[in-house]
Amino acid sequence: MNERKMLLNKIKKYDFALKELVLFLDTHTECRSALAMFKKYKELRSSAVEEYSRKFGPLTPEQNNDMRHWSWTDDPWPWERR
Amino acid sequence: MWQYEKKLQYPVNIKTPNAKLAKVIVSQLGGPDGELAASLRYLNQRYAMPYAQVKGLLTDIGTEELAHVEMISAILYQLTKDLSIEEIKASGFDTYFVDHTTGIYPVAASGAPFTAAYFQSKGDILTDLTENMAAEQKARTTYDNILRLADDPDVRDPIRFLREREIVHFQRFGEALRIAQDNLDSKNFYACNPAFDKNCGRRR
Repeated sequence: MNERKMLLNKIKKYDFALKELVLFLDTHTECRSALAMFKKYKELRSSAVEEYSRKFGPLTPEQNNDMRHWSWTDDPWPWERR
Repeated sequence: MWQYEKKLQYPVNIKTPNAKLAKVIVSQLGGPDGELAASLRYLNQRYAMPYAQVKGLLTDIGTEELAHVEMISAILYQLTKDLSIEEIKASGFDTYFVDHTTGIYPVAASGAPFTAAYFQSKGDILTDLTENMAAEQKARTTYDNILRLADDPDVRDPIRFLREREIVHFQRFGEALRIAQDNLDSKNFYACNPAFDKNCGRRR
């Protein structure tokens, strides 16, 4: 597996943990341990996304940092086989 | 508002095209218990919901279902890419092909096009939350049936992920129903509809 794919999979794992915690917290708004886990995964995700967008391009349009080229539209798009 | 992230919720990497499988999996895009109906069901129901936590849950699950629409579409796209006309004829995919080529279009496996009749937004929170719990179970059954029909591990892996999400959502909607009932009169949850009737709620 190449570095791009590995890093993207890492982000997907953090996002999965966060998504699960969001739904859990929606119905358990006072759960301290879930709130602490949410904070932890949010920080892990944020540094992984920063690294990804710097090395491989933006996951959202406003992460575009390139001043010579609009890389948001670059292939591959998520549904494409790779 | 919504913001798109350029990634799937869970990876889809299918190496072997299979039109026959695409013909049944399309039901989870545009069929009666599919992801599109799920997303529209929850996002439309939000506005009648008086309780903050459940407004949040409907928003968050409705949004996740949009990511599932994209995963199913990616599965269909990869299953139908680079098919030969012989494979299309032999697999029975020709009945879809004639109208849509290999474009992604929401239909049930039977060929019936997607319709809003697949879901309800009843403006009654107990009715809506009960519908949602049933909807998650119906989608779980459909995924179980897809797993009975699909041998390719590249297809089974993301389908199993989606199946598990139905179970988690069912659990969360069960908790949402409990939250709603906790706000109502425990002697008769059905005495009034808090989405419509004034002063409807728990006796203080």
